[in-house]
Amino acid sequence: MKMNNVILKTTVQVSFFIIFLFSIHIFLAGHFAPGGGFVGGLLTASALVLLLLTYDIKTVQKLLPINYMMMTAVGLALALGTASISVFFGDAFFKHYFSHFEIPLLGNTELHTAMLFDSGVYLVVVGVTMIIIQSIGGDE
Amino acid sequence: MINFLLLPILIPFATAIILMFAPKKITFQRTVSMIGLIAATVASFTLIQRVHTLGIQVVTFGNWPEPFGITIVADMMATILVTTSIVIALFTVWYSFRSIGIEREQFFYYPGVLLMITGVNGAFLTGDIFNLFVFFEVLLMASYLLSVIGGEKKQLKESIKYILVNVVSSALFVITVALLYSVVGTLNMADISVKIAEIGQPGIITTIGVLFLIVFGLKAAIFPLFFWLPSSYAAPPIPVIALFGALLTKVGVYAITRTYTLFFVHDIAFTHTLLLVLSCLTILAGCIGALSTFNVKNIIIYNVVIAVGVILFGVAQMNEEGLMGAMFYITHDMLIKAALFFLVGIIVVITGTANLKKMGGLIKTFPVLGWTYLIAAFGLAGIPPLSGFIGKMLIVKGGLEAGNIWSSLWILLSSLVVLLSVIRIFIYAFWGEEKTIVPLAERKSYKALLIPSVLLVAITVFYGVGAEWITPYMQDAVDVLIDPSVYTDAVLKE
Repeated sequence: MKMNNVILKTTVQVSFFIIFLFSIHIFLAGHFAPGGGFVGGLLTASALVLLLLTYDIKTVQKLLPINYMMMTAVGLALALGTASISVFFGDAFFKHYFSHFEIPLLGNTELHTAMLFDSGVYLVVVGVTMIIIQSIGGDE
Repeated sequence: MINFLLLPILIPFATAIILMFAPKKITFQRTVSMIGLIAATVASFTLIQRVHTLGIQVVTFGNWPEPFGITIVADMMATILVTTSIVIALFTVWYSFRSIGIEREQFFYYPGVLLMITGVNGAFLTGDIFNLFVFFEVLLMASYLLSVIGGEKKQLKESIKYILVNVVSSALFVITVALLYSVVGTLNMADISVKIAEIGQPGIITTIGVLFLIVFGLKAAIFPLFFWLPSSYAAPPIPVIALFGALLTKVGVYAITRTYTLFFVHDIAFTHTLLLVLSCLTILAGCIGALSTFNVKNIIIYNVVIAVGVILFGVAQMNEEGLMGAMFYITHDMLIKAALFFLVGIIVVITGTANLKKMGGLIKTFPVLGWTYLIAAFGLAGIPPLSGFIGKMLIVKGGLEAGNIWSSLWILLSSLVVLLSVIRIFIYAFWGEEKTIVPLAERKSYKALLIPSVLLVAITVFYGVGAEWITPYMQDAVDVLIDPSVYTDAVLKE
């Protein structure tokens, strides 16, 4: 007999986006408020886990055709690349740069290369968490 | 190019990242990892030359002022060890092509090796005690992968033990760093050295010194903390054992040497006597183990324990000869252990067994292997023109100079046991009547395995014969070890 968990599915369809947006908020706020790449990545992964709990692995894989191994590798490459930018300017490794920009809609915004490094951390955290959960949950 | 000293860490790391993009393509994996390691070898040899001509190289991440940022320091000791470990990784990867098996190659074997090298090189080069912990974890995580990869029953059983011991010792490491931080208030190694010299090493610092000895002793396998090593190292395939045996314990030995020559130098009567006693007991334990077994892998593994004892005995003397001998011996031992594991691996492939009693008469069919093994065995024992001689001679000389006559005799005596244990392999496996040999069709890889092994043995022979050329570099390394102010001045730029 197949259970029809329509309430769970409907709730998840709404709450997934709320959790995902919250994780992006936490990720972006990391420089001036508690948060950052690690927590943001874990929260995104938990939103994806919620999808995995509601649907099965195949459906989620079809919805979001992401190769998480690639995601981890890209994240690592991004982190290493950001740290090496300064090497080309003759500064010590891991020197970060920042400046203020006038961006339409957002106004005067401070952009910092630490953000790129954090994006690397974010991708690695999401990738690793999802690899662990999928390989434990799946049955080859 | 102030960042040049980072290349031995960054090149393996970048190569490992590139390899993660296509784990199933074996040709890609092999070529890229070879290219990366060759580039790293070139970079590290250039770094030796730079450190020799320009003095200690220092870079602090992010241009932060000195005690506040993470400092990476390339003094000669670290640079020599980095170069040796990259060379060993190069030969191990070459040797792996025909011995590790396609299934393992497709499951992140090469990224594992390269990340382990990243961790090992980082641990050698770092100038920050917590960063040392982080690099220890990097190399340990990669070594967990390498020890369990393949998933044989024996590997699974032993890797649980291995991980458990290392998790405990890592936790102890963090606790010890926390204690040290609460006393001196800094994590930069040069700054710690200066602060400890200011307060003149009260009892609590000596306690922390002993705690560090326990932490690094667990990683380096000194007596009574070596219990996990023999069985854990026997489980994984030969190239992995060669990497572990040559590199992992030596990182622990390096960390003991660094902390005991840079931090805890004000109460030598207690700390270094303790180190001396423990190193002698380590040698005893290793000797008993090496003579007790008929398993070829285990004989060499117990020789790893003996070598750790010999190197730390040299460090415990705290005089120029002893430290010079320790530097010569640690480099020699990394190279020769990798070579011996390679050769023993070939013997196991040919005979299909690791039990000495079931082997015999290989010298007729495999003369090159036999004589290469004999040279490597003599090198390990320290017969004069070969690589083990100069290090052990200086260590014994240092011991006699410091007045430790009986323990120096003990080192000489242990050489006889080492010779006996490895020559037993030669006598049992190569002399006598021919016994079981795996038929030719099943061992096509013999030549492919022999070439890297013979080349590595040739390097050790060159290292022994050319000791005169290497001495000025070793002298640079010892100058830093004997006088901490050289190191602290270079880092803190006072």
